[in-house]
Amino acid sequence: MDLNLTPEETKFRDELRSWLEANVPKDWGEWREKPLEESFPYLRAWQRKLYEGGWAAVSWPKEYGGRGATLMEQSLFWEEMARVEAPPMANSLGLGLIGPTIIAYGTDEQKKRFIPKILSAEEIWCQGFSEPNAGSDLAALQTEARLDGDHYVVNGQKVWTSYGWIGNWCELVVRTDSNVPKHKGLSVLLIDMKSPGVEVRPLKQMTGESEFNEIFFRDVRVPVANLLGKVNDGWNVAVSTLMYERGSYGARLHLIFKRAITRLIELSDKFQKDGHPAAQDPITRQKLAQCYAEIEIMRWNQLRAFSRVTATGVPGPEGSIQKIFWSELNQRLQQIAQEMFGAYGQLLAGDKDAVDNGIWSYGYLRTRGNTIEAGTSEVQRNIIGHFVLGLPRSY
Amino acid sequence: MQFGLSESQQMLKDNARKFFAGECPMEEVRRLMETETAYDPALWAKMAEQGYTGIIFAEEYGGVGLGKVELALLMEEAGRALVPGPLFSTVAFAGAMIDAVASPEHKKKYLAPICAGDARSTVAFLEADASWNPADIHIAAANGALSGAKLFVPDAAVADFIVVIARNGIFAVAAKAPGMRITPMLGMDLTRKLYRIEFQNTPAEKIGDVSALAKGFDVATTALVCELVGGMQRTLDITVEYAKMRKQFGKPIGMFQAVQHQCADMYLETESSRSAAYYAAWALEENAPDASVSVSIAKMYASDAARNVGNRGIQVHGGMGFTWENDVHLYYRRAKSSETAFGDSTFHRERIAWLVIDADERLAKSA
Repeated sequence: MDLNLTPEETKFRDELRSWLEANVPKDWGEWREKPLEESFPYLRAWQRKLYEGGWAAVSWPKEYGGRGATLMEQSLFWEEMARVEAPPMANSLGLGLIGPTIIAYGTDEQKKRFIPKILSAEEIWCQGFSEPNAGSDLAALQTEARLDGDHYVVNGQKVWTSYGWIGNWCELVVRTDSNVPKHKGLSVLLIDMKSPGVEVRPLKQMTGESEFNEIFFRDVRVPVANLLGKVNDGWNVAVSTLMYERGSYGARLHLIFKRAITRLIELSDKFQKDGHPAAQDPITRQKLAQCYAEIEIMRWNQLRAFSRVTATGVPGPEGSIQKIFWSELNQRLQQIAQEMFGAYGQLLAGDKDAVDNGIWSYGYLRTRGNTIEAGTSEVQRNIIGHFVLGLPRSY
Repeated sequence: MQFGLSESQQMLKDNARKFFAGECPMEEVRRLMETETAYDPALWAKMAEQGYTGIIFAEEYGGVGLGKVELALLMEEAGRALVPGPLFSTVAFAGAMIDAVASPEHKKKYLAPICAGDARSTVAFLEADASWNPADIHIAAANGALSGAKLFVPDAAVADFIVVIARNGIFAVAAKAPGMRITPMLGMDLTRKLYRIEFQNTPAEKIGDVSALAKGFDVATTALVCELVGGMQRTLDITVEYAKMRKQFGKPIGMFQAVQHQCADMYLETESSRSAAYYAAWALEENAPDASVSVSIAKMYASDAARNVGNRGIQVHGGMGFTWENDVHLYYRRAKSSETAFGDSTFHRERIAWLVIDADERLAKSA
């Protein structure tokens, strides 16, 4: 056990740090609050810059344009990005989830066709997984693909698709055989979103924004060459994408949470409780300390999990701990903020008295989704029960 | 960066597990807890032979010279086996305190017999108000002697000498010193006996300053958290095993999500406590700037987690969990005594607040 950086890790971090110092845009603050539709070209340009510097996909193998970074180096990458408050990358799903899945399951043709444009943000990717009747029970999905000559004909509906409105391509899970058990009749198709019969609608969420879309498919023709992996092996392909989702998602959160608690500690000097600054209120102190502690534990859990994955080579079901931990912690963090702000906590962006221009009232609402998206807390607990502890399946 | 155990650390942990399973199985724990002191000289001699009593102390005093992470792993396995007797009190509490505060001469005098397995010891810290804040200690030595009472002292009846924290220093008192009276306190944890000690003009040798106490306190606290982690792991293992085997409505109860989710939360709390405990041990070993705050984080989290894990474990066991025969309550009792020892979660949250929230203000004042 040695939590000091190795010489290679230090070199990686220092190289990245000096690249970021020279290249990270200084005006992200002015763009951050704008709608994604407006800032998207900005984010695309930023990813292009990372790509040209060789930093767009550090985890990918070198032969596909990555750096073959270890999990620890990936973690350093996200820490450094968060430290300089770098903008997110435009093609985050392509880089984080879909690219790695194509590298693992794609044909040489598919890799040659898709990988470079994922890296350069020329083609933005979205993910068609959930359906109105297939959320936690993803394998029950009904969007069907019927073989017709050298094409599949796709009919159905997807929901909760991030980046659907801007996506050029979609990793779509479809049913190719309905006469076998549900997990065994699925396949994954790579779909050109400009294909006739694809319709994208915004899905307005409880925060008032539309981060997600619904996508409708009516007789959409997809060349058989765009099948990813083997026909009817789509469940394994999809699960591998979900593992990347749980593995990489948490890594960047520590500094973001740390920044939030640091800000709350700052604000605890300004907000009053019983005629004293909240920083002197015993109950507020207890709650801030609990939250601070859990943010540190979240990081230590992650570092231990990375070491375990590095030793065994595969991301395992233990990733479910991280998902439960960060999502529930984020909700507690927002609750503590609300308790400290009192009536001011509810004020939205645009009100001159809103705390930090409404990021906390927004965060309070947005974090309700954290324990639902990317696998509900209930599903994560089922995964721990069955796959980690070896209890019999409940469903 | 590598947050896994090294090969030699893993080996030490595996060996400790095998050793305790062989030398101190649950039947033995149950036998010892019914005795007056829960101390077995034969088991003690074997632990000393393994080097456990000198694990973190320098070789010049007869120790093994390993680090805090190795101590953490040993204590985790001791906690898992619920080893009764003064291993924690002697090595992780008194030994770590002497190691932190004493001169080489005093270390030679007091640590060497501990390493050799010839002496057992403990620390007398709490007084009538049961506060773990050193500022609340009232006893003070006068003319080389102590008078007053110390409470909740673990394993005092089998100690050959007792380390006493006083206002004006840290002292060693021999077991046979005149004017000292040791009486049992009936604690919930049957494997770790507690005592009240009354001093009346009892001769005491000063071995260190109170200002140096924090490091010893932090090492002992971390070792105790590691014991809790071992206890949580054992409680989880017993519970999962039971949930697979016990059938109701024609199915193993572990098939029901209400039961599975209890087990999943036990796992989450156990693993998170372990991450915090290992990090704290490493930070202490490296004298990292966040060592003290990470010790408090670990103790704060594990104090609550161990109780929660015990609550869930008993609940999943149903009626069996409420019986004397089932082992879960023995760990639950240990969890309670360890929850308050070295400060409960409320105490450590306030310590974290002091270290984190107030740090800026102190800096501003000192500038």
